[in-house]
Amino acid sequence: MEQIAPREAYGKALIKLGDINEKVVVLDADVSKASMTYMFRDSYPERFFNLGISESDIVGTGAGFAIGGKIPFVNAYANFLLGNAWEQIRISVCYANQNVKIIGHNIGASSGKDGPTHLPFEDISLMRVLPNMMVIEPADGIEMAKAVVALAEHKGPAYLRVGRVPTPVVTKGEDVFEIGKANICREGEDVTIIACGVMLSKALSAAEGLSKEGISVEVINLHTIKPLDKDTIMKSVRKTKGVVTAEEHTVIGGLGGAISELLGESYPVPIRMVGVRDRFGLCGTYDELHQLLGLTTENIIGCVKELINLK
Amino acid sequence: MHDLQPDFEQLRQACQRMRKNILKMTHRAKGGHPGGCLSAIDILGVLYLEIMRIKPDNPTWEGRDYFFLSKGHAVPALYAVLAECGYIQAEELAAFREMGSRLPAYPSNEDTPGVDMASGSLGQGLSIANGVALAAKLNGTEQRAYVMLGDGELHEGQIWEAMLSSAHYKLDNVCAIVDYNRLQLDGPLDEVKSLGDLRAKWEAFAWNVIEIDGHNLEEIYNAFLAAAEYKGKPTVILANTIKGKGVSFMEDEVGWHAAGPSDEELEKAIEELS
Ligand SMILES: Cc1ncc(C[n+]2csc(CCOP(=O)(O)OP(=O)(O)O)c2C)c(N)n1
Ligand SMILES: [Mg+2]
Repeated sequence: MEQIAPREAYGKALIKLGDINEKVVVLDADVSKASMTYMFRDSYPERFFNLGISESDIVGTGAGFAIGGKIPFVNAYANFLLGNAWEQIRISVCYANQNVKIIGHNIGASSGKDGPTHLPFEDISLMRVLPNMMVIEPADGIEMAKAVVALAEHKGPAYLRVGRVPTPVVTKGEDVFEIGKANICREGEDVTIIACGVMLSKALSAAEGLSKEGISVEVINLHTIKPLDKDTIMKSVRKTKGVVTAEEHTVIGGLGGAISELLGESYPVPIRMVGVRDRFGLCGTYDELHQLLGLTTENIIGCVKELINLK
Repeated sequence: MHDLQPDFEQLRQACQRMRKNILKMTHRAKGGHPGGCLSAIDILGVLYLEIMRIKPDNPTWEGRDYFFLSKGHAVPALYAVLAECGYIQAEELAAFREMGSRLPAYPSNEDTPGVDMASGSLGQGLSIANGVALAAKLNGTEQRAYVMLGDGELHEGQIWEAMLSSAHYKLDNVCAIVDYNRLQLDGPLDEVKSLGDLRAKWEAFAWNVIEIDGHNLEEIYNAFLAAAEYKGKPTVILANTIKGKGVSFMEDEVGWHAAGPSDEELEKAIEELS
């Protein structure tokens, strides 16, 4: 299967965006090599600003750019950016409702051997709790390119999660990407799997494997974790009456949390969550970490079977 | 910027009028930080009435200069000057801190005409000014960004990050003003956490520094002119002020940081200002 690094798709998409939209400016906090915004810098040096290792400052500067009519893309490592500058994002971006795009890099297990300090599994939760904030994690490189364009067209605060490691391409060029509109990637009857990011590819493999055992699984690509596409989710869950969520992120307050909140309130059905279980990562390769943390196709299959056995 | 020398006597009267409005607002709301409003109001008066290019009847006019009240707790001073300019009616000031009104307890760009940015969480304003100043440079406009910082607020690390940014990008269209009243919430800065040689610190961060008496309208005016003329570096105006300035019993008293005056105190204060 073809693989693309989300950050590479992001960096290339930014260059295209810079060409069609003059208002776009790109800010980085001394990680432009990792975020691949250096490509935008090389194409549009006058619209690239390195603010140095200053996450609080870069968020505020982005908000100032937005007041001045620009569309700032603010880049840094997800954990350092959202952790250091959460209060700036809360007030200067979300409360002020400024048109700032917060881009979190090296998400999840991306940084592998760099270990726990560099492995953000909490960023979706941190952004989801903020009013006015939108949260997006594309499934693959193709969807990333579409998300970048859509982000610039949407007026308002947004958070985009960008991974570093090449991941399988599972969406197609012709698939429609609409912010806030979940895509059904595979139709099924018995259980619904809802996934984002790299976990969508694992969800699809799980569904494929399960189909050979006669289990019919519906797979939803939830690229927009906030606002939630309640209609698509509810329609599927009313049919299957069982949900497995999958994310490269803590299950507390992330995608699994969002789905649990929705269904707990409006249509309680059994749920199993595949994700990080209230712990930090370790130094390990990307694949080792996914194994360690249970972010696997096998785990998704096991969860689906648990739900089937409950029926 | 206006070409004619301002009428400083008229300006002084406007500032006294705004002082009275600040006191009425904080009296009615039983709070709202009169001390830091009274130390800042002369600077805001000169800035809004004589310096900034703005169109109060068109608050979002694209060519406007920007002002950010980073020490957002002094928002009654901002509302008073917005009313003086005509962004809002003076009668509306009575709605300060009322639920659902256009005049909340801290600046809110989504609620108040003439307010370009939310604040209330100290430390965030200089970065905002830098961003909008960079946008102006990118657009090739002459727009300027003004930001008022509290001296206690300077404890926040983000300010020092942003000071480096303004200097690095040579943002001579940024003008920061420090309301240097030497008091913060818990007491004098020199007791809580001293700023040391503040002038030397800004100079070491490659800023143009102007030090003034922040209650002398002519000095304030001339400082803003000098800041606008200075090229290649951002300018900070260290404005030596008195917290509670203009009301004898409030001056230099930390107790008036947040509290509003009682009926009798209001009456006495208004009398002093008349
Ligand atoms: C980040 C943050 N921390 C704490 C506060 C609470 N607070 C409000 S005003 C203030 C003191 C501010 O002192 P200074 O900047 O000197 O203001 P001024 O003397 O001009 O009123 C504090 C601690 C806040 N608003 N924001
Ligand atoms: Mg002070």
